[in-house]
Amino acid sequence: MEKKFDKKKILDLLLNNAMYIIIALLVVYVAIKRPKFLGIASIINIISLTASKLPMALGIAGCIVLAGTDISAGKIVGLNACITASLLTTVYKIWPNMTAPFPIPVVLLIVLCVGGLIGLFNGFCVAQFDLHPYIVTLSTQLIIYGIILIYMMLGTNNGMALSGMTEEYKQLITGPLFNIGTVRVPRYVFYALCFVGLMWVIWNKTTFGKNMFAVGSNKVAAEVSGVNVKKTIMMVFTLAGMMYAITGFIDAARVGSANATTGLNYESDAISACVIGGVSFVGGTGKISGVIIGVLLLQVIFAGLNFLSVNANLIYIVKGLIILIACAIDMRKYLTKK
Amino acid sequence: MSNEVLLRMEHISKSFPGVKALDDVELTVKAGTVHALMGENGAGKSTLMKCLFGIYHKDEGQIFLNGQEVDFKDSKDALEHGVAMVHQELNQALKRNVMDNMWLGRFPMMDKLPFVSEKQMYEKTMEVFKDLNIDVNPKTIMSEMPVSQRQMVEIAKAVSYNSKIIVFDEPTSSLTEVEVEHLFRIINSLRDRGCGIIYISHKMDEILRISDEVTIMRDGKYIATKDSKNITMNEIIKLMVGREITNVYPPKTNTIGEKLLEVKNLSAEYSKLSDVSFVGYKGEVLGVAGLDGSGRTELLENIFGIATRKSGEIYVDGKQVTNKNPRESIKNGFAMLTEERRATGIFGVRDIQANSTISSLKKYLNHGFLDNKKLSEATQWGIDTLKTKTPSQKTPIRSLSGGNQQKVIVTRWLLTDPTILLLDEPTRGIDVGAKYEIYELILKLANEGKLVIVVSSEMPELLGICDRILVMSGGRLAGEVDAKNTTQEEIMTLAAKYV
Repeated sequence: MEKKFDKKKILDLLLNNAMYIIIALLVVYVAIKRPKFLGIASIINIISLTASKLPMALGIAGCIVLAGTDISAGKIVGLNACITASLLTTVYKIWPNMTAPFPIPVVLLIVLCVGGLIGLFNGFCVAQFDLHPYIVTLSTQLIIYGIILIYMMLGTNNGMALSGMTEEYKQLITGPLFNIGTVRVPRYVFYALCFVGLMWVIWNKTTFGKNMFAVGSNKVAAEVSGVNVKKTIMMVFTLAGMMYAITGFIDAARVGSANATTGLNYESDAISACVIGGVSFVGGTGKISGVIIGVLLLQVIFAGLNFLSVNANLIYIVKGLIILIACAIDMRKYLTKK
Repeated sequence: MSNEVLLRMEHISKSFPGVKALDDVELTVKAGTVHALMGENGAGKSTLMKCLFGIYHKDEGQIFLNGQEVDFKDSKDALEHGVAMVHQELNQALKRNVMDNMWLGRFPMMDKLPFVSEKQMYEKTMEVFKDLNIDVNPKTIMSEMPVSQRQMVEIAKAVSYNSKIIVFDEPTSSLTEVEVEHLFRIINSLRDRGCGIIYISHKMDEILRISDEVTIMRDGKYIATKDSKNITMNEIIKLMVGREITNVYPPKTNTIGEKLLEVKNLSAEYSKLSDVSFVGYKGEVLGVAGLDGSGRTELLENIFGIATRKSGEIYVDGKQVTNKNPRESIKNGFAMLTEERRATGIFGVRDIQANSTISSLKKYLNHGFLDNKKLSEATQWGIDTLKTKTPSQKTPIRSLSGGNQQKVIVTRWLLTDPTILLLDEPTRGIDVGAKYEIYELILKLANEGKLVIVVSSEMPELLGICDRILVMSGGRLAGEVDAKNTTQEEIMTLAAKYV
């Protein structure tokens, strides 16, 4: 009797932490097969990749806290990466009349506005028409994709990838924050940390943050309790849009070019990261620390698979399975135990 | 009574991690009797029933049905053996019609074809309805019917399985008195045909009226089984709580002051609430009575700005207020405890602190940012003042009992410093001890000069704590009575005025 009970407890523990166990096993396996996986260069690489994905995941996490989602995120990143690449460049393909690159702060402001406005539009549709965010962002991602394609055809660009960004901009993003041995830690790692801090304050220290969790947990109760539900939803999506814009702004320099497929499928990585990190689709739960852990673990998995030279096509299958498993494990916690 | 024993549960024990939910409990139900099962929330009534239906697996003990030992896999298994349950919260396919719900999982088929026979379904449904004297069209969509009728369908379904044991879990918690009468007639007819009824309820007067025997549980233990004819309400309460409650209602000490709230010709856009006018005074407990669907809830929702107003004016202290939405109403000093705690009250996954402070967040700002210390002080104040039982402020509210959840939501509203409290069924689904505490709180608030408006389906409750009672009927105000000099008959007569 007693033994049986313990067995059940252990099984529960294993299942609830299955994702972490799988990842730990993977790390051990990769480290044995390819010892360089745990070398400085590899670790810095994982940290840098994590940093590059963090702002976006932090944005999308808010949408998931609302018991929603945002599948337009990757396209918003892409659009803003293209805008950034076209304005902070020395080859004026999109805007042939430009005589000099735009000042960096102006471009930053532009992308923040573009991202924010698209987010606001998403949020407006969700709040005002009471549509599920999935439907709204499914539509807007198509619209944004169309806009990206049109934008890339402007001037003399003819849809080509944009590159030749200014040194000043590239330095600002990818220049060394500091070096560990010969390995460079890029500046955007520091920026990501700043955004983590900012989002932590917003989530935990503002009425808006508390309202966001309340709306995600029970919309009707939030309304009755005096929360401005529509405004909260619109603000969450606007904030998310701005975070995607920043991701795009960083990504153009990080990758060194931008084209119509920049940001493709980014949202699926960001969503899986959130779910792995405990930002539940049930709504109303999640922590900033969870988002960080989620993004980090996901990058560890990808890096591990890369080290093992796993076929890139296979990685898609792995990603899909990760989302499924993570969601299933998460749901276990919210099912009524019988 | 020499009726044969239908169901016997012996030495039932069930543990959950850290709690012994049931400890050597027994229950014997005889054919042709109504057996009441009583106990405070958390006493183990529901757990015992879940063990019967195989929803939980009992750790120890045996269950005998007609002398044969049974161990049901799940509620479907139980149903097929003639043991049915009418749940407190109805699990029905609301978008489907009555007969679809009745025959779900066992649709009658056409003679030779593998298709569902709508004709048979209709006829069989009508047969059961006629038998039970239920007046419902089998083709009505469930969501278009009031809760009471949906419950009737659930009962009919149980009967259609030829159930010998039927469990009613708080069947009257959302019914009005007329509907309760109908329910009792049905229960009595089931008893007369030899069924064993297990009746779970918190309402003493109902228990004494309808039941033949009563089994009392406390803290997961079996306390006693008594003949209902030879037991009084006070004795039951004593057995249930293990202490004596001298009054069911606390003494009224509030004094009525000057006029605080005036509502003039209030009509709703999307419900039948029309032309309601009344005044409320400082320090008053104002009751709102009426049948289900009489517009009681709609009245509160319209005042608080949850529902759309068509016309009418609201004055607080002589000044007109619009109360367009809850935010504005809260600013104007209103607070509203909604009827459906789970659907519109609690933030289930959030903790006690988040649930307590959500409506008053601005109070805890320090240079624009929320101050953790202020948040936890406010929450603790609520826990201490209302004696909320919770392991900590960080406990998710969904893991608390109904009464404690209600206290947290009351805390949420008290923290907004309201002057007018609108309470819709404040004691629904709450055990006796917690109910008394809620009554004390209502009177305490009135003593502080606040106006407390209480909607309730339980007339003794209104008579026990209110000063005046407004009676709603068919969306209109049918009358106003003085709680001290009225009778339940007078209120019922008014409630039926515009039906």
